[in-house]
Amino acid sequence: MPTNVIMPQLGESVVEGTVSKWLKREGDSIAELEPLLEVNTDKVDTEIPAPASGVLLKLLVPEGATVKVGTPIALIGQPGEEPVALPGAGNGQHHAATPPPVTPPPVTRKGDLGFISPVVAKLADEHKVDLYQIKGTGQGGRITKKDVLAFLETRTAAPAKTEAPAWEQVGDGDLFRPTELQFAGQGDKGQVITPPPPPVRPASPDSDFIPVEGMRKVIAEHMVRSKHTSPHVTTVFEADLSRVLAHLDKNQAAFERDGVRLTLTAYFIAAMVAAVKAVPLVNSQWTDEKILLKREVNVGMAVALEEGLIVPVIKRADEKSLLGLAREINDLAKRARGKALRADEVQGGTLTLTNHGVSGSLFATPIINQPQTAIVGVGKMEKRVVVINDAIAIRPMAYLTLTFDHRVLDGAVADRFMATMKTTLEGWD
Amino acid sequence: MAEMTLIEAIRAALDEELARDERVFITGEDVGKRGGVFRATMGLIDKYGPHRIIDSPLAELSIAGVGIGAALYGMRPICEIQFADFIHPAFNQIVNEAAKMCYRSDGAWTVPLVIRAPYGGGISGGLYHSQSLEAFFTHVPGLKVVIPSSPHDAKGLLKSAVRDPNPVLFFEPKKGYRLIKGEVPAGEYTVPIGPANITRAGTDLSVFAYGMMHYYCLKAAEVVAAEGINVEVVDLRTLLPVDRESVVASVRKTGKALIVYEDNLTMGYGAEIAAVIADEAFAHLDAPVKRLAAPDVPAVPFSHPMQDWFMPNAEKIAAAMRELANY
Repeated sequence: MPTNVIMPQLGESVVEGTVSKWLKREGDSIAELEPLLEVNTDKVDTEIPAPASGVLLKLLVPEGATVKVGTPIALIGQPGEEPVALPGAGNGQHHAATPPPVTPPPVTRKGDLGFISPVVAKLADEHKVDLYQIKGTGQGGRITKKDVLAFLETRTAAPAKTEAPAWEQVGDGDLFRPTELQFAGQGDKGQVITPPPPPVRPASPDSDFIPVEGMRKVIAEHMVRSKHTSPHVTTVFEADLSRVLAHLDKNQAAFERDGVRLTLTAYFIAAMVAAVKAVPLVNSQWTDEKILLKREVNVGMAVALEEGLIVPVIKRADEKSLLGLAREINDLAKRARGKALRADEVQGGTLTLTNHGVSGSLFATPIINQPQTAIVGVGKMEKRVVVINDAIAIRPMAYLTLTFDHRVLDGAVADRFMATMKTTLEGWD
Repeated sequence: MAEMTLIEAIRAALDEELARDERVFITGEDVGKRGGVFRATMGLIDKYGPHRIIDSPLAELSIAGVGIGAALYGMRPICEIQFADFIHPAFNQIVNEAAKMCYRSDGAWTVPLVIRAPYGGGISGGLYHSQSLEAFFTHVPGLKVVIPSSPHDAKGLLKSAVRDPNPVLFFEPKKGYRLIKGEVPAGEYTVPIGPANITRAGTDLSVFAYGMMHYYCLKAAEVVAAEGINVEVVDLRTLLPVDRESVVASVRKTGKALIVYEDNLTMGYGAEIAAVIADEAFAHLDAPVKRLAAPDVPAVPFSHPMQDWFMPNAEKIAAAMRELANY
């Protein structure tokens, strides 16, 4: 039996990848872990090693094609072996009348679709419906015929393809489910993903279409999903950064001798860590049954790129000194701009910082990076007139915001987090 | 068009067929002078005379045997079994002779016989005046089994039965004789033996019934409609031959099926309908096929509370509809 090479999941919220280059041709010998292809996703570009040794029997996906995570993309086997795709790889039998397997081995009860009636199986097969996208309203939450018909009605997209190429057919089972569905709200099974509206024609010759693809498309999906998932609330604080700036001035040269450029971002992240220690609940994740409190403090920092945003993650920020933080910030930001981040470097964040002040913004209400609970925004630092002890003073001020998931936190708790951040920054020494 | 009760529509059909065809005659217990215990033949003896409306001995075997013999001699007998419960002595004549004659003689002889029999419970008739016996006869190829549930169908189907060249068992829901009323066209029309009738179109579930249960199903459908459950009610009308096509078409539409009959559950007529659905509409099912029928006890009890417990009614049917709709 040949080994299936599948499109790997390159990042927590990555749902698809583009085969940018095959490094081997059909018939070539290949050793396990030898580079097989290059994959480009919205977050990272990376080489994928071969999962087994043998001969590359068949390439199922051409260069340039974008496929969902979990899709079989190549077959490795022994010389002369029949390149028979594994079930789910989209050979002819997929179109046979047999209903699709309806109970993928569930990791948790959440993955269980419940009883699937014959007519539901039949409709799902005929219309190529992913039943995980449908909210069941029947007994015990089972999906009824009506649920499927209602779902089909909302799906205004083109009629089901009769002859989709192999790489456009996603395999079955939990492994092959899009990451979004596996992790959405920790198995928020019921959520119906709203289908994309039909394309609109430009209203006049004076307007133009910009194709939406790659990172733009994924950002759009994530933003909409986050807003649909969490009730967002933003609280705004203002911090006097005099002492931070004084510390920065005093230590910049010493850091540079260590090859590190010290920036304000390192202070903000250090202040976030201090605030998490005071209010751990901010470093958490909502699930339908429980709030998942994260022990690790992994701070994502949003980096603006030409095509959009990427959020590399500083792992275990709570265990790092200012020097360590600054060094990692330098490195991640540089490699993010060079599109040289590794897949694991954009995963696992528990809290996010967006420093929108760099583009002049005073304060903003960012969108939460799911499935996290909160995101900290830092506005532009500028000298403002403030009143201190009934005297007028000129101080370097910046607005700090915390946008949080109101399911997890209430305003008072969020404000305690921000108050800690503020006092940490204002009392820096 | 005049409004008639079920029994009036049956009498009208008998009257018209007697007038239309001289070969038609009626025999049974008390059908003549007394006009039948349910008055189905009231007045007919005065109009057509005692040679065509013949009071029989108290012997069902003889009534059926006389009917079969006369039919073989070219007559068109309509036999009345006073209560379906008394049909058992005639079972041998009906099953061994009437049903097999055409087949046995390779079509040379047929038995154009109609046997009318009031059936069903809920009339405080106790053990010997309440039985539903359709399943005994729907198991017999060579018979046709018809059960009307409206005055319109009763007249039209009975006229078709009289004209049919083969034996037809015509079971009449006696509780509905005076309870069920409806518009009946004056004069000649027939309703074909065979096709079922969708009496209420719906989308959420299909309910199959006949006779008195069909009447209750329509009432129950009305009740649950107010709760947003859209029931399709199918009056089977002809139990044999089975109108598979109508049954399957309805289930294909709704995906759910409930079969209601007042005979006891096990091996009842609904089992065959359930099997047809499982066989021919499996891929269209969205729920298990359900049957609502009487409990498997030896007879319809006489005691009122026990009779109520035994009989399916609109309330029990509505509950079963709800349960299936919510599945």
